[in-house]
Amino acid sequence: MKWRRVKAIMIKESLQIVRDPRSLMIALLIPLLQMFLLGYGISLDVKQIPLCAFDREGSQASQDLLRRFSASPYFSLQGQATSYAEVDRSLDNGRCSVAIVIPTGFSKDLNNTGQGVVQALLDATDTNTASLAAGYASAVIASYSAQVQLESIQRRGGSVQTLTPVEVRARVWFNEDLVSRNFIIPGVVALVMAIVGSQLSSLTIAREWERGTMELLVSTPIQPLELMLGKLLPYFLIGMVDACICLALAVFWFEVPFRGTLPALFFTTGLFLTVVLCIGYYVSVSIRSQVGASQVALLLTMLPTTLLSGFSFPIDQMPAAVQAVTYIVSGRYYVTILKALFLKGAPWGELLLPICCLALYAGAMVLLAARAFRKTLD
Amino acid sequence: MLGRIYHLLLKEFLQLRRDRSARFRLLVPPIIQMLLFGYAATFEVFNVATVILDQDHSQESRALVADFVHSSRFKLIAVATERRQVQDAVESSSAQVGVVVPQGFAELLRKGHAASLQVLLDGTNSNTALIALGYVGQICANFGQTYALDLAQRTGRALGRPLVHVQMQERYWYNPNLNSRWFFIPGLIGTLTLITIVNLTAFAIVREREVGTLEQILVTPIQPIEFIIGKTLPFFLIGLFEVAIVAVFGMLWFDVPFKGNPLVLMLGTSLFLLSTLAIGLLISTVCKTQQQAFSSNFFVLNPMFILSGFSFPITSMPDALQWLTYLDPLRYFLIIIRATYLKGVGLDVLWPQMAGLATLSLALFALAVLRLHKSLD
Repeated sequence: MKWRRVKAIMIKESLQIVRDPRSLMIALLIPLLQMFLLGYGISLDVKQIPLCAFDREGSQASQDLLRRFSASPYFSLQGQATSYAEVDRSLDNGRCSVAIVIPTGFSKDLNNTGQGVVQALLDATDTNTASLAAGYASAVIASYSAQVQLESIQRRGGSVQTLTPVEVRARVWFNEDLVSRNFIIPGVVALVMAIVGSQLSSLTIAREWERGTMELLVSTPIQPLELMLGKLLPYFLIGMVDACICLALAVFWFEVPFRGTLPALFFTTGLFLTVVLCIGYYVSVSIRSQVGASQVALLLTMLPTTLLSGFSFPIDQMPAAVQAVTYIVSGRYYVTILKALFLKGAPWGELLLPICCLALYAGAMVLLAARAFRKTLD
Repeated sequence: MLGRIYHLLLKEFLQLRRDRSARFRLLVPPIIQMLLFGYAATFEVFNVATVILDQDHSQESRALVADFVHSSRFKLIAVATERRQVQDAVESSSAQVGVVVPQGFAELLRKGHAASLQVLLDGTNSNTALIALGYVGQICANFGQTYALDLAQRTGRALGRPLVHVQMQERYWYNPNLNSRWFFIPGLIGTLTLITIVNLTAFAIVREREVGTLEQILVTPIQPIEFIIGKTLPFFLIGLFEVAIVAVFGMLWFDVPFKGNPLVLMLGTSLFLLSTLAIGLLISTVCKTQQQAFSSNFFVLNPMFILSGFSFPITSMPDALQWLTYLDPLRYFLIIIRATYLKGVGLDVLWPQMAGLATLSLALFALAVLRLHKSLD
């Protein structure tokens, strides 16, 4: 291997990047676009759930309860229904996601039997919002229930000791305010790396085929490994610049805490970038059209990084067979490392396993990519 | 005129039949994505890895621990013997939830005081943590309620009458078991159709331009409007076909119910396809090579996907982004397709979405035709 030849290819490739504004645009715009869109657009935090109330009783008690709902930051009272048909309609057309129905004998039952039942009807087409909303609604009702108990004991002259005997003291680690942005953004960094890396490298060899410069390339004394290094190193640099952009946006713009160390971050980012660049390069060698190559590369890197890496959907909730598949997704290791670095500030020792897996993966991909290119024309 | 359109249509289908990679792009990625989403995308929370430390060793604490063990939401992975182990388990991510029953728990309860349960959560995935915390609260509330009633009856402190309490009875409409698949699969039909049809349409024209056959077509007696109809009609039909395939696949494979009227969905799909064709045409007017078309597609489709409400609720976005979503045809279509699938509602409810989609589609299509007209001249 001769460094001189690698350098020659590198210079040629860099010139090509600089003179083709479009690929430069992909390289610089994608991180910005993805970070802003995903940073702002993806939020699972539910606030101001539209609520409609159907108070069939209209008593002091029922109004008290509804007031608690309108005071809660999680709900916004859209209006009072006067019939079940109206409740049906407002859930059907999506104007409300939750309907609270207070039955006719609510306060009478509460006084006589001590049991009052309130119905919560939830629009479960969006399952996640529905289950969060049910949790918030039951908390509102529980606090009302405690208030009613308190009053009833006081009325009967009982000495009040406690109403909610078991209280939960929760401490949340790593993402103390449970902000979903803090959990999404580190994953977005991985996604950007996957897209940029695979998109740029998938064009490298396919372009030579399409433009007809392959004959030229094959007739030079260049060795496959030298070609790969020369082609991929400029993109590796671009990828690292993108990583810096993403990191800066995450920390300074979106204010996601970064508790890890920078060397660990850059080292693992380099490994992951190597993996996706090599996948793109391999695809580029195998599929000789630029469009086909970039499409396949996108499918091979972006899709698994979105779905199977734990970026947004927790891996431990997937069926066992799918969980097994996630082990061959390089994004899984990188996302694990990123989340640990951003939120936990985990030391090297704890990340040893995923880092080793990622390094092995990178090594395997380099070997695969280096052997893919043959100096033949058919 | 019909003859000329027919011939262009025939040519387009022949081309598709002979282009193996286009057929591959049409069928394989949708099916792969469907399977991936169907199996991997879930917001449900079951079997959260939990470690429990019981420092009280009382009847009460054991009963509470048993409640956790018997809940399908939590999975006991270890019983800790000291606090350090609980922290280590959460720190190393081997457990997501740590529950500590502190010493003196039962004594406080028996005296009628409030006793606290300490819960340690890994908040890295805020959504899972939030839902898990909700379940912890439920278990404790149920336990506490039963205990308080029991105690009141035993000691007669509530003056012979049971303690009052208000209960919530929740009903999940449209998706009673909160099955995430029912949410994702209909949405996926819209998303996949958008990606496939925009790609096909944009590439069909750009390819002609790149290969140089566009001039050939333009020297024939074909009119621009005939050209546009002949170019888009095949993809419209393919789009309907694709929706049908993915819909049937989702229903048979993943058992997603279809409650609505297929005709309403057809109408919505047709309007939606019109806008996807328009977007494809628009992209084709600004791109010279297929490679350019590919990257433009990415830049257009990716934001549309994120802003559509496909997996993340639009109401949680900042106001400015919420306004932008009104320009996204996928937003309207996702509401229509989810409502017809799960709610079974008809035009009486969906007319605002239909009207919005129709306006948007027609505007986009008119714009596309105008621009294409110009670029053909």
